[in-house]
Amino acid sequence: MNKDFITFEHITKSFDGETVLDDLCLNIKENEFMTLLGPSGCGKTTTLRLLGGFETPDSGRIFFDGKDITTLAPNERKLNTVFQKYALFPHMSIAENIAFGLKISKKSKAYIDDKIKYALKLVNLDGFEHRSVDSLSGGQQQRIAIARAIVNEPKVLLLDEPLGALDLKLRQDMQYELIRLKNELGITFLYVTHDQEEALTMSDSIVVMNQGYIQQIGTPEDIYNEPVNAFVADFIGDSNIIDGIMLEDRMVEILGTRFPCVDEGFGKNQPVDVVIRPEDVELVAPEDGIIQGVVSSIIFKGVHYEIEVKANGFEWLVHTTKLHEVGSQVGIQVIPFNIQIMHKPESSDEEATEIDD
Amino acid sequence: MIKQSRQLLAGPYIVWIIGFIILPVLMILYYAFTDAAGAFTFSNVAAIAEPIHLKSLLLALKLGILSTLICLVLSYPLAMILNGLHIQKHSFIVFIFVLPMWMNFMLRILAWQMLLSNNGIINTFLQSLGFSGINLMNTQTAVVFGMVYDYLPFMLLPIYNSLVRIRKDIIEAAKDLGANNVTVFFKIIFPLTLSGVISGIVMVFVPALTSFVISDLLGGGKVLLIGNVIEQSFMQGMDWHLGSGLSLVLMVFVLVSMAFMNGKGKDGEGTAVW
Repeated sequence: MNKDFITFEHITKSFDGETVLDDLCLNIKENEFMTLLGPSGCGKTTTLRLLGGFETPDSGRIFFDGKDITTLAPNERKLNTVFQKYALFPHMSIAENIAFGLKISKKSKAYIDDKIKYALKLVNLDGFEHRSVDSLSGGQQQRIAIARAIVNEPKVLLLDEPLGALDLKLRQDMQYELIRLKNELGITFLYVTHDQEEALTMSDSIVVMNQGYIQQIGTPEDIYNEPVNAFVADFIGDSNIIDGIMLEDRMVEILGTRFPCVDEGFGKNQPVDVVIRPEDVELVAPEDGIIQGVVSSIIFKGVHYEIEVKANGFEWLVHTTKLHEVGSQVGIQVIPFNIQIMHKPESSDEEATEIDD
Repeated sequence: MIKQSRQLLAGPYIVWIIGFIILPVLMILYYAFTDAAGAFTFSNVAAIAEPIHLKSLLLALKLGILSTLICLVLSYPLAMILNGLHIQKHSFIVFIFVLPMWMNFMLRILAWQMLLSNNGIINTFLQSLGFSGINLMNTQTAVVFGMVYDYLPFMLLPIYNSLVRIRKDIIEAAKDLGANNVTVFFKIIFPLTLSGVISGIVMVFVPALTSFVISDLLGGGKVLLIGNVIEQSFMQGMDWHLGSGLSLVLMVFVLVSMAFMNGKGKDGEGTAVW
């Protein structure tokens, strides 16, 4: 878990003159479940396809287990891919699909039969050998696609938004299946998604990307609790992002009111971005709050209420299990530990690049 | 009620099918099994066994198979090249290959007459290079030339269509699983285009087998196909009974070849003729 297994070194890639990845550097450790997370067009799929061998970088090198594989053809790489739309071979049975890679590497028939049985058991589809691809549901096809990839015992499994086409319930089931598979197989997973919840659930580490640049790398807890900039904070979950001024160590001014916080070292009277998660905003009696506001809307979300409170000219997003009436007066209270202070990017460009160092 | 009124909409088609397909076939059946006096006879159908008829049938089969094979060998690589061009507008390619069909069929064949004749462009060119001229006109070669030229789009388009339909990620998946380009072609691309190939074969072989205009114009009466024999017995011999009898035999060959190809293409998707 501590050895760098795959290394991207200063990778740049553009399509039709449009830069998709700019000087990307990334290390993936052995047996790690790493997720590339970002909005569409952020370069996450391109990163995966570069590793799969379906694209070649304009500049930079890719190392796999110490070897330079930058220009190696896909069929010569010891890794397998699970595609977004499954990409099963429509003219073959399930068994033939799974056996495809094994037949190419000229394994014995007994070995192949064994492997097919093992793989189908692993993805909970025993006895599906002779079914046709058309007769399977989306979730079953996806599991066959995973089985087809893992029978080849790849050292790395690449997954390109594999759950994107499934409905919510199935997606959640498959997330647990994938975590179980990863633990059973003990191989490295590189997973691409735009779904932050999926990333938080499954990953050992998350790489948040935007506009071809890596914004932040860290564990799910790090990314959620300590976002390094407004983009990450906004992309991972809901948040209140407010302009503030760091008056001095451990004291920030938000919307004209002083809030005690825990951050230090920003200097005096520095403009900053302040992030407060909606579940960290406490609604209290007006006289107990740091600032006061009026409840402007309530939406029932099942687990909690999503409440908007207008206070000091800002719509505060609040998640709480307690019901408040629309129009009622409330006080807003945030404990110092839950106030996250971030440097303001000096230009809009820097918002994308500042994490590179 | 709704179902009934919907069925009424099919009325015109039923009239069409009865008037232009079923009745003519019944008439051919009637003529095929009667003689000039209207009495029942097998002799019109049995006439296929006469040496001259048998010879023309075998020649039609030979030239038909040859043209189909040449069309296939030319079309498959061409379709692959066109598919590999990554042209955004696929309809443009289809347009280019259908364009010659906008010209009158006779004109296209007559153009080949000009090209192939003894004083034609090809011979003039060869002679200007110092070669002796070759006799192309009124040979089987000329007829095959004409058939290949005329029927090539019917082979190319179904193959091209089935190639276009293969999703790129399926090819990538095969490569990802260790397949090199040769394996990808034989295990993935060719099996997935088989139905297109079969459609193409049927759509070229059937008209080639029954053709008589091409052999008439480019064969100059020296290449007598079964289609020419049937045409002559209707138009020149005025023997509708013999013509119908031979047509019936030819129809059996067409149906057998289509049924055979259809059986081969069972697992293919969509592009089969029936």
